[in-house]
Amino acid sequence: MGKVLMKGNEVIAEAAVQAGCKYFFGYPITPQSELVAYMARRLPEVGGLFLQAESEIAAINMVYGAAGTGVRVMTSSSSPGFSLKQEGISYLVGSELPAVVVNVVRGGPGLGNIQPAQSDYFQVTKGGGHGDYNIPVLAPASLQEIVELTSEAFDIADRYRTPVILMGDGMLGQMMEPVEFGERTESELPEKNWATTGTRGDGQPKIITSLELNAEALETRNEALQNKFARIKENEVRYETYKTDDADYIMVAFGTVARLTMNAINKARQQGLKVGLIRPISLWPFPEKPFLETRDRVKGYISVEMSAGQMVEDVRLAVNGHADVDFYGRTGGVVPTQEEIYQKILTVTGGISV
Amino acid sequence: MTMKTVFKKTNGLTDNPTHYCPGCTHGVIHRLVGEVLEEMDILEDTIGVASVGCSVLSYEYFNCDMTQAAHGRAPAVATGVKRVLPDRFVFTYQGDGDLASIGISEVIHAAARGEKITVIFVNNAIYGMTGGQMAPTTLIGQKTATTPFGRDESIQGSPIKVCEMLATLDGTAYIERVSTHDVPHIQKTKRAIRTAFETQKKGLGFSMIEILSTCPTNWGLDPNESLDWVKENMLPVYPLGVYKNKEGGN
Repeated sequence: MGKVLMKGNEVIAEAAVQAGCKYFFGYPITPQSELVAYMARRLPEVGGLFLQAESEIAAINMVYGAAGTGVRVMTSSSSPGFSLKQEGISYLVGSELPAVVVNVVRGGPGLGNIQPAQSDYFQVTKGGGHGDYNIPVLAPASLQEIVELTSEAFDIADRYRTPVILMGDGMLGQMMEPVEFGERTESELPEKNWATTGTRGDGQPKIITSLELNAEALETRNEALQNKFARIKENEVRYETYKTDDADYIMVAFGTVARLTMNAINKARQQGLKVGLIRPISLWPFPEKPFLETRDRVKGYISVEMSAGQMVEDVRLAVNGHADVDFYGRTGGVVPTQEEIYQKILTVTGGISV
Repeated sequence: MTMKTVFKKTNGLTDNPTHYCPGCTHGVIHRLVGEVLEEMDILEDTIGVASVGCSVLSYEYFNCDMTQAAHGRAPAVATGVKRVLPDRFVFTYQGDGDLASIGISEVIHAAARGEKITVIFVNNAIYGMTGGQMAPTTLIGQKTATTPFGRDESIQGSPIKVCEMLATLDGTAYIERVSTHDVPHIQKTKRAIRTAFETQKKGLGFSMIEILSTCPTNWGLDPNESLDWVKENMLPVYPLGVYKNKEGGN
């Protein structure tokens, strides 16, 4: 299969279908509505089911029901709608049900606007709903990467019995790029013998619940969850580095902002400034390793985000005082320009020495 | 001489002792649902959805696969299960706080879509688990923890009549309101539950049985007084009967 020109939202949908997701419960919200519409048209072709829910709350609970039967299932939304899904996501975590939830982030808080943003970073990486938990979050930077990460999101969900968040921004959802859907490599995944499909053939009733009234028993369950999160931290960190080997300063950016930052880095390099990039692909677990490897030899890091400064907190934790950490961000749906990022590099590094 | 078995507990329920208060009719309703599932021989093909409230632990009592939903969301969860497994039986078991207050949207839309699920709706006109607060179904004048002077229509509005409301939706196939205040009505309740699951079996659409129930603890009445209270106070506001029967033409 050759390359096809598609919109980001549609790429997420098609990649999910190719990953074996046959069930989608959605609710319209800009800027992710193309994803919902694509699923409505596409899923019947593969013998699957698309259902438009009455709200984001209903959609995530339909996902909960479907996930409990052991099938691959997905829902998607954008920031205000994603907030509404938090209750259901917390239940998915507590009941250990696999599902993929997409957040095509837009400007906030409140109704905000429909322009691209990354200001849901705290929400997706620090739990988001009630209770002690983390969720794997994957943040693609290109449409081709969406193809790979959507497939991996489903594998991670099944491997650890957890919801996985695919986080893009409005720009990634709306842009068009040529993509190629290659052959998927099937991962070896655990059998879903916990699924509630009726007891015929397997005797004892199975129960899916996040309720545990006994404090000690709930603590034991929470410890098991924490152990699972530790395994995810061990095995599912993803990141990319760009020209960090000789860098004096390292930029940190994810998603589409990483691409803009890369252009600014190339311009700075042309001027002789040794600047590199760490691009977290998994936002949780946050990639600490590239910081541990560089923090004692670089002068500083600059986190560039479409937010008022959220990921920069994780950068500071990873750097842990070993180097300076600076920040540049735009909010409200304003996309930073390559030139602005370049100027920030000049300011922080002290500019070009003549 | 061998003893003849004249009665035994339904296989539709587990052996777990329930946590329900003395005089509460949840136990009776559980048994009726369990008996119907057993008699229809569909226990192994049924997935139940527990809700939040007094019946939150119903997954410990029904002897079939169970999943536990967030407060009010059971019809959405049941939708997810049934849409993936259309040949299984799916039911929700919800109280009036769960279904008629926080979950009213989910039940309306599940009914409107004609989801082929069965909703067991237990209405005792009060929140039980949280300590006796007003429910949307609380009667005018009824004293609760949050209506200490009695429910005042000018402040808290009037009771929601769920059967009447859902019967207006084309997606509903069978809607009936029954009661548990005496033995004849309990027997009628069982027949209604059976009809609802038969409706699901035939794939006719959404079915719901609203069951008037008691809450001696939060009503401050003894079990017998509670049964009388249902008869005297709830029946006039919540008339019993079949509100929708697609097969029967109404």
